Amino acid sequence: MPTLFQQIQAGKVWDFHGGIHPPSRKERTNQKPVALLDIPDRLYIPLRQHIGVAGKVLVKVGDRVLKGQALTQADNAMAVPVHAPTSGMVLAIELHTSTHPSSLAEPTLVLAPDGMDEWRPRKPLDPEQVDIYTLLERIQESGISGMGGAGFPTHIKVNVKQPVDYLIINAVECEPYITADDMLMQERASDIIAGIEILVKLLSPKAVLIGIEDDKPIAAASLKAAIGQRDNYFVREVPTKYPSGGEKQLIQLLTNKEVPAGRRPLDIGIVMQNVGTAFAIAQAVLDDIPLIHRVVTVAGETLAQQQNVLALIGTPISDLLNACGFQAEPQQRIIVGGPMMGFAIADWSVPVVKTTNCVLAPTENELGAASEEMDCIRCGACADACPASLLPQQLLWYSKAHDQDKLAEYNLSDCIECGACAYVCPSEIPLVHYYRVAKAEIRETQREALKAEQAKARFDARTERLEREKQERLERNQQLAAQRVAQQQASGQASQSAAAVQQALARTQQQSDQPLDKAQIIAERERKKAEALAYQQQKQQAQTATPAENTAPGTAEDPRKAAIAAALARAKAKKQAEAQPEAIEQPAPAETAASDTPDMDAKKAAVAAAIARAKAKKQAEAQPEAIEQPAPAETAASDIPDVNAKKAAVAAAIARAKAKKQAEAQPEAVEQPAPAETASSDTADMDAKKAAVAAAIARAKAKKLAEQAEAQQQTEVKATTQQAPSAEPQEPVAPPEQDAKKAAIAAAIARAKAKKQQNSEPL
Amino acid sequence: MSIITALWALGILALVFGAALGYAAIRFKVDADPLVEQIDEILPQTQCGQCGYPGCRPYAEAIANGDDINKCPPGGDTTIKKLADLMGVEAKPLDAAQTPAIKRVAYIREDECIGCTKCIQACPVDAIVGASKQMHTVIIDECTGCDLCVEPCPVDCIDMVPLASSIERWKWDLNAIPVKVLES
Repeated sequence: MPTLFQQIQAGKVWDFHGGIHPPSRKERTNQKPVALLDIPDRLYIPLRQHIGVAGKVLVKVGDRVLKGQALTQADNAMAVPVHAPTSGMVLAIELHTSTHPSSLAEPTLVLAPDGMDEWRPRKPLDPEQVDIYTLLERIQESGISGMGGAGFPTHIKVNVKQPVDYLIINAVECEPYITADDMLMQERASDIIAGIEILVKLLSPKAVLIGIEDDKPIAAASLKAAIGQRDNYFVREVPTKYPSGGEKQLIQLLTNKEVPAGRRPLDIGIVMQNVGTAFAIAQAVLDDIPLIHRVVTVAGETLAQQQNVLALIGTPISDLLNACGFQAEPQQRIIVGGPMMGFAIADWSVPVVKTTNCVLAPTENELGAASEEMDCIRCGACADACPASLLPQQLLWYSKAHDQDKLAEYNLSDCIECGACAYVCPSEIPLVHYYRVAKAEIRETQREALKAEQAKARFDARTERLEREKQERLERNQQLAAQRVAQQQASGQASQSAAAVQQALARTQQQSDQPLDKAQIIAERERKKAEALAYQQQKQQAQTATPAENTAPGTAEDPRKAAIAAALARAKAKKQAEAQPEAIEQPAPAETAASDTPDMDAKKAAVAAAIARAKAKKQAEAQPEAIEQPAPAETAASDIPDVNAKKAAVAAAIARAKAKKQAEAQPEAVEQPAPAETASSDTADMDAKKAAVAAAIARAKAKKLAEQAEAQQQTEVKATTQQAPSAEPQEPVAPPEQDAKKAAIAAAIARAKAKKQQNSEPL
Repeated sequence: MSIITALWALGILALVFGAALGYAAIRFKVDADPLVEQIDEILPQTQCGQCGYPGCRPYAEAIANGDDINKCPPGGDTTIKKLADLMGVEAKPLDAAQTPAIKRVAYIREDECIGCTKCIQACPVDAIVGASKQMHTVIIDECTGCDLCVEPCPVDCIDMVPLASSIERWKWDLNAIPVKVLES
């Protein structure tokens, strides 16, 4: 029994399961020489034309680039650069429709050729003299990715650590119409062989097998002539059958080996390269011509000259067609790729990319459009035709049912999307398209699963971190407490500490924060209430006299109040260093002051917009008092007209933040900003009942108020609220618990109303 | 006499097997509830809290304890179907009224951000970077689109924007693809 290698040497060719024999229609283009095109007016060069990631852009708009100059830089292993196909000016780097079935826009460099076609300096390499790393680098830098269709970066595919038995050169080109590789082999066979020699140097295989279909006798003959006396180069003619050019199918044809599911050919010691890729490698190494052009078959009966052309990468498809005498018919379809695996494009300005091997402009009679899909009749013709020995009808059911587990069970991932099943289907079911959708869904599910896993890890890490921080805080507090106890014990006798406690108590009692009995509590409250009211009245008087008078601590009659006010002012001053006391007490005036300033600039306009948004939100959510804010603002505007924009922005942000807080706070707190603007600031003991009444009145008025209330209405509202505090002295002091309860109820009602209002009139 | 022998024999056997089972129950005790793990695997891990629980795992525990399986809007019908299969219950339609049909991510309008760090604290997956008084931004790849950062923002500068479609994520549109059949 002869070994496999002996059988291959003897010229044995095996067979694979299934396959179809569509009319090839190659005779239209495989006799004519490859035509050269004029340089088009515009070149659209997608920054990413391979599987992987785009490189870093090296040029900018307006730069002049030379032919062959790199436009992007490969900054990682999976990236290959793109190059300027001719000299010219970079017009733009923008989104342009991609040469992809989705027709989604992708980043594209637009080049305006200057017609000079001026080369950058070229440095050819001698493959005999340089090591394989230099060769690999040159292959990557020349932007070479697989030209058969998938566009996998070649330098990765040929940089192998495992021993390689067979290097297979795929010259089958089994899809109808396409003759690009055929013509390349007829015209440039010696260059292809030179490229293969470079590949051999990189991979050192036992043998080189060149697979070619038997309908290309001229190409096969020229290859054989170019190979000459080289050892272990075998040209193997395989019978014409679609899809012999599939990677796994050709491996089976030439070596009788099957690539296991989910594995690569390299795992069984085989590397396959397209014949066009071999040619590109030869050009890159021997002539330092990066991948800037490729042979494209332009065919279809709407064209006067169906032929192969050498197209620059980036040439719009429409230019390509027009150069071949294109006469569009109504509802013309343009197909990129062959009739079996290609896709129709809607936008004819999409460019030729590194993987574009064919452009079809068929007539309606030549390639029929989609016909009515009928139900599957379970004839099994698809299973007979499937070159991957799958069960297409089962896959169809599960694709329609979105049953991903079953699809995996029936090896959907091994489908090469050749279209043989759809071709033979008597019900004209577009089977492959169902599989493509299912594959995309499976990819999406996998992506989601990965993302969920990452999110979970991040969530767990965060939870753990929060827990740890909490624990640390607790420990620190315990340590501090222990230290305090130790200090107290160390500081002296128990009597001394007791005296200290007594002193402290006395101090706090003086500050009336910790009264000793109930009578004292009440007395203290009464006293504070009286103080507060007096203070408010005094302030209100001051306010009515001069609305924006400085509420400086000095004006307060009570020294203790003054101290509190000073502390308050200090704290606020810390938050906004440059703001005036008016601005501190009244953030809203500051913000409106900015918008009212005559010399309003663009930034202020933006601030005003933000204020408008804040107001809208406020109105929707907050208590009606919030509407009062613009009212005093008007009065304050005249006082601080020269407030600068930055201050205004800070104030605006604070105001927005406050407005939001307002919505959720207690009624006392809600009430606070409003009187603050009317300069009756201390509301610690304000009567909540009165406040609720005021709120109700204001609410009623607020309903009338538009977002930008008229000044008259605002004055009214302001007057109402001013009445409220002034009426207070006559009111009996309600018990504080009752106050709080009422206040809470009022707040809840107000919130509910605000929400209703928001729902009824979305802003 | 023979009946007593039989009773003895059965009694001893019962004791032996009981002891063996009791030992196995202690020796091979499963630490966590594996059902919770399985449910947690199915949930989409957005940690959005729309189910009413503070994260996906708490909801998984709740489902294991008999809560409804239809409270996860980000997971949608697929998740409910899987949960129904796992729990052996009927698949119900989604509980929440509005389901975000499209994937969304948070986007911070950076010139309006005041640097309050509230959204950072709200984010369950630490997908927002920034510091106090510094502009914040969202790491789009890590954002689960849970909406939790939108509410705390005091200046409303966070939008939920639909995730842009890309060539990698594109799903074939059946209607857009013409069937090409060659006649002989």
